[in-house]
Amino acid sequence: MRWIAVWRRNFLVWRKLLAAAVLTNLADPLIMLFGLGYGLGALMPAVEGMSYIAFFAAGQLCTATMYTASFESMFSGFSRMHGQKTWDAILYAPLVIDDIVAGEIMWAASKAWLTGSTILGIVLVFGLASSPLALLAAPAAFLVGLAFSSVGLIMTVLARNWDFFSFYMTLVMTPMMMISGVFFPADQLPEPLVSVAKALPLYHGVALVRPMMAGHLPDQGWLHVLVLLGYAAAGYLLAIRFARKRFSE
Amino acid sequence: MSVLAARGLRKSFGALEVVCGVDLSVAAGECFGLLGPNGAGKTTTLKLCLGLIQPDAGAIELIGEPVPLRAREARARVGVVPQFDNLDPDFSVAENLLVYGRYFDLAPREVQARIAPLLDFAGLTGREAAKINTLSGGMKRRLTLARALVNDPQVLFLDEPTTGLDPQARHLIWERMRRLTAQGKTLILTTHFMEEAERLCQRLAIMDHGRIIAAGSPRALIAEHIEPQVLEVHGPGVEAWMARAKSAAARVEHVGDTVFCYALEVEGLLKTLEGESELSCLHRPASLEDVFLKLTGRDLRD
Repeated sequence: MRWIAVWRRNFLVWRKLLAAAVLTNLADPLIMLFGLGYGLGALMPAVEGMSYIAFFAAGQLCTATMYTASFESMFSGFSRMHGQKTWDAILYAPLVIDDIVAGEIMWAASKAWLTGSTILGIVLVFGLASSPLALLAAPAAFLVGLAFSSVGLIMTVLARNWDFFSFYMTLVMTPMMMISGVFFPADQLPEPLVSVAKALPLYHGVALVRPMMAGHLPDQGWLHVLVLLGYAAAGYLLAIRFARKRFSE
Repeated sequence: MSVLAARGLRKSFGALEVVCGVDLSVAAGECFGLLGPNGAGKTTTLKLCLGLIQPDAGAIELIGEPVPLRAREARARVGVVPQFDNLDPDFSVAENLLVYGRYFDLAPREVQARIAPLLDFAGLTGREAAKINTLSGGMKRRLTLARALVNDPQVLFLDEPTTGLDPQARHLIWERMRRLTAQGKTLILTTHFMEEAERLCQRLAIMDHGRIIAAGSPRALIAEHIEPQVLEVHGPGVEAWMARAKSAAARVEHVGDTVFCYALEVEGLLKTLEGESELSCLHRPASLEDVFLKLTGRDLRD
């Protein structure tokens, strides 16, 4: 449990900059949610039996969670590892690189969970979801955060410079957002794309959260949970492996 | 009792062997210096001893713990001052110590109680709330030293602790290091400042190309490796004078425009200088730097 010291370090920094951190974290997703949701929603009939903004809210919750997890694990993580050499300093103490990787992933997932939960709170306040089942979107957001933090941290420990992340963001995250059922139902895509989407974590996050916000349990919910956990576990193990290699040089 | 014992250490990065069979032994309470030019393998040797990287061969014991197997347990009782400051820029001076103490699993109350004396030791009292980027280079170094002491370590590793500091800041760090030795702590430092090594270290090892090429007390190293008197001569016509002086010195080196003469005594040499009003000359006792340059050569290391 040595990783908790790393988590607490990041938490303390975050707490010092609380107002700015929360604002920048939430402004973007909320502008998107209400802008697109009401703007585009006014032109649309009901989607899958719900208003467009309610449909889009589940997707936006997962996307914002994904972005928070990825930005924290990649940009902030890289800054701590590479620019500030904070990881080097921690390694003189009785911690090893595995503890740091675990602490960073858990921290980024926690921050992502907060983003997801705050959006959930706003969704509930605006009456875009009303079932108690919607509350399960909060633990689901943590799973989404865990999956993307782990994958993001792989990128971080492999990165040699900041440009590296733009490849992952442009070539992986943005297309993933388009095909994972965030803006429109994923199954209306042509076949190969649906299968690609089903192999990616964001699709399963949305498939888990949307039915619960609509008030019923998702079909194959266990499958979605397993895929997200699988990404988190595989990402964690790979990140540790690459981090050990990087820090043995 | 030995606090650090390393035998047959080897480490390669790719095809380059950086540490090629190093043996080290540091006794409790001593200040031990590892000297060497840039790229000699000093920092890699320290990292191996701390268990931060895995050796290809060899055995290490640090405070009775086998490293890297039980490096965590050993590091719990060790402090490290790295070559490049890596204080946490997201935190104030006091927060840096507080957060660092947590990495050692220290009780918050315990760390809180140590902050004031540590800042006093580092000469940073009153700076608790200062941001790291407002500190001078010397202050950062002192805070790094205080941070390394947060777990009240038995052994302190210092990797080039005064590189880049002005003389005032350097002397302060030296004074603090002597205080720590007086408190019974073991200090292991790397440096390429001979003055630093000569002032602080009871025992030294000179390292080059991954090997230890000489070891002993500063005085013993000078006595063993070099003639006690040195005459440095430069000026127009120094080459012609050198040809005449050669027979009066045990060893003569011509570097750039200066001739270094090493001898048991310099009376004969000084005689050859009579009437050479164009030449400037400096007579001094041999120092550790002469030993260092003799053993590692005068070529530039980049």
